[in-house]
Amino acid sequence: MSFLEIKNLNISYLTRKEKIVASKNVEFSLERGEILGIVGESGSGKSTIANAIINLIDPPGEITDGSIKIDNEEICNNEEIIQKARGKKIGFVFQDPQTSLNPLFKIKDQLIETIQTHLKLNYDQALKRSIQLLNEVGIEDAEKRIEDYPHQFSGGMRQRVVIALAISCEPDLIIADEPTTALDVSIQYQILQLLKDLTKKRNLGVIIITHDMGVIAETTNKVIIMRNGVIVEYGLTKDVLTNPKSNEGKSLIISVPPTNKKISRFKLINPEGGEITNESLNLTNSIIQNWGKRSITKDKLLEIKNLTKIFDSDSIIKLKKEINELKALDNVSFNIFEGESFGLVGESGSGKSTIAKIITNLIKPTSGKVFYEGISLNQKNNNKFRGQIQMIFQDPYSSLNPRFKVKNIIAEPIKFFQKNLDKKTIENNVNDLIDIVGMTRQSLDRYPHEFSGGQRQRISIARALATRPRLLICDEPTSALDVSIQAQILNLLKDLQEQLNLTILFISHDLPVIRQMCDRIAVLKNGNLCEIENTEILFNNPSHQYTKELINLMPKIETIL
Amino acid sequence: MIGKMINKIYDTDIGYSFFNSKIAIISSSIFLIIFLCSFFAEIVAPYDPFDPLNISLMDAFIPPVWSEGGNANFFLGTDQQGRDMFSTMIYGSRISLIVGFSSIIFAMILGVSLGITAGYIGGRYETFVMRLTDVQLTIPSILMALLVDGIARAIISKSMHDEMAIYVLIFAIGISEWPQFARVTRASTLVEKNKEYISASKIIGLSNILIMFKHILPNILRPILVIATIGLALAIITESTLSFLGVGIPPTTPSLGTLIRFGNNFLFSGEWWITFFPAIFLVVLALSINLLGDWMRDALNPKLKKR
Repeated sequence: MSFLEIKNLNISYLTRKEKIVASKNVEFSLERGEILGIVGESGSGKSTIANAIINLIDPPGEITDGSIKIDNEEICNNEEIIQKARGKKIGFVFQDPQTSLNPLFKIKDQLIETIQTHLKLNYDQALKRSIQLLNEVGIEDAEKRIEDYPHQFSGGMRQRVVIALAISCEPDLIIADEPTTALDVSIQYQILQLLKDLTKKRNLGVIIITHDMGVIAETTNKVIIMRNGVIVEYGLTKDVLTNPKSNEGKSLIISVPPTNKKISRFKLINPEGGEITNESLNLTNSIIQNWGKRSITKDKLLEIKNLTKIFDSDSIIKLKKEINELKALDNVSFNIFEGESFGLVGESGSGKSTIAKIITNLIKPTSGKVFYEGISLNQKNNNKFRGQIQMIFQDPYSSLNPRFKVKNIIAEPIKFFQKNLDKKTIENNVNDLIDIVGMTRQSLDRYPHEFSGGQRQRISIARALATRPRLLICDEPTSALDVSIQAQILNLLKDLQEQLNLTILFISHDLPVIRQMCDRIAVLKNGNLCEIENTEILFNNPSHQYTKELINLMPKIETIL
Repeated sequence: MIGKMINKIYDTDIGYSFFNSKIAIISSSIFLIIFLCSFFAEIVAPYDPFDPLNISLMDAFIPPVWSEGGNANFFLGTDQQGRDMFSTMIYGSRISLIVGFSSIIFAMILGVSLGITAGYIGGRYETFVMRLTDVQLTIPSILMALLVDGIARAIISKSMHDEMAIYVLIFAIGISEWPQFARVTRASTLVEKNKEYISASKIIGLSNILIMFKHILPNILRPILVIATIGLALAIITESTLSFLGVGIPPTTPSLGTLIRFGNNFLFSGEWWITFFPAIFLVVLALSINLLGDWMRDALNPKLKKR
């Protein structure tokens, strides 16, 4: 008898128009001391299963059929039993440590509250236990830090506190829903190590839900791959990752960017049919003529010189000036040559996006200059270069105006830069652009909300290309997308760069992605430039200590192969 | 064709919510009936109460048709000058609605343009505008309107005053309502302006005016629409209150408030219908608009959606 057994679990959401099946005939089991990973693209029903185990499915969703047993006790749909089990038997770690702790209570109060709810301990015993727990999850100086409020901890520390809360009542099962998605690589590594250690030490069953194949490869014993609410692969992690049997599994694993080599294009497998669709973009000559294939001069296109940016608060009364200051960039300089892909990599808060915003003139630098073709970019001559520098944004859900039709979104920059074009020419241009990004012309008459994240990102690329830019800034363009969609978008960007001779500034926190996309890479840390190096040299032979650390700690899918 | 259209409307979330809310259907039909009646007052009303040929003092103080001494010609009775109550109410509601709509549109234009610029530009300009709304919100809107009316009376000559009264009223009510719009617009603008599609427009090089009114405004219309609907009921009541106090619409072209004021003088001498019917009419009108606004607020707010 396994520790956790789920049999024939069916969950559906009833909406006004249809019944959406969120999970169908899901069956798996988990032993103590095991880590089970659940992967799948967004909407595949990963989190639904986690919520079903603790009976926290929001209406209109409901468990229509099936059984969930912990230690042979049926808990499915049984609120009375599950209420006692939550926190005591089952611990839960949420995705976002910024919001999963109550900001109004001290860490102490949150821990003691949970402990006293489930265990018969008095205040002093509970306090002692809390301090012990914080020590166990690796928070230094626990006696003192326990008096702090959540906002006084960093993201990684906060996630440790959440884990301490989850294990506070000696649970047998921990469910972690994307526990490291909001965290940086180095902290992700520590948190995953911590989960692994705890699993062994306390003989826990752990379920980790994630979309990151690297995390799966490095931490789990068993893995489930889900698609549209159905388990398509279930087995030992090594078996599944090295030799996936289903088309869905193959499609997912093949699109993960490899960390140890650079490949020219991602192979794509159609999850339904299984055939390899490696269609690369073939633009007709007329389109290439129209959208400007330039001869590359390999000259300096963009020069960034001694850029410094200090954010200080706007408050009129500044009592202690130095406290309000935040140095986002400190004396950063680098060059981008025409036709190359330049990568900017760093953890959150390293100033990557600040550089992009300064280049596009969304914010002003405190000091330092940006030269475009040797001419300094400033407020006055800015509009002349607006069309030549364009940008693709991180969040495809907020980067398109929801009230505009796709054709108007793409036509807007065309109309703005070439005011004397007639309607017919504009229409032709818009049609060209939608062809270039590989979408159908029918989509032009629809609104952004009718498209998926990947399609929206394509629209966003079409809009950026509309002004015939020479420099394309991509600010984390795939971090909100699923891996297989990410592979498509990255392929598209590579195709476009080759066919149109674009210069790309690629910003990302994701080292494998950066490795696939860029010729040269700059590493940033807390606003300081660590090193600039050619991609292969940087990955094989990093010179800066911080770069070494980053490359060592990134989760690698190859570890298991 | 019409069936298809209704099906299509039913298919949208708003349409579904509308057809499944009894309150929304009833209140909107009542409002629609009143609106159409007052719009086509010349056709609907049996008499033209402003035409001296139609008025006979002999007909004064006739009670409604079901009470003793009622006259079948005057369904809801007549007032002290022999005017048909039903007709005067229809014509009166027209003036109330005109004042209500115009003043709310005036307030909307003023409030939205100040709010959107304040939210978008920020800085000292924003502080100035928002403190202005704070100051004005401490003054009750009736007092504000009375103040404006008083100043207008001092400036405009007595003979002109009756003609100008309706414009003064619209201005007065509009001025007292704009801070609501400014606040809501600014708050929504602050949310929208940080979204990436605004950055994208800036990188294209669009001017600030274009970004504000072409990109941001369509995305913040929902809360503004809700405020406008609830504000409309408020504006109609404010108009009636001012007219009741005698600073609003002159008696020659009475609005609902003016009618209530006249009737009030006869309330204790037994002629209750002269004030009772316009008052009930006003309550029904304001209530239907308010309920419609309530429904709209719930329906347009995704957080309150049940299914």
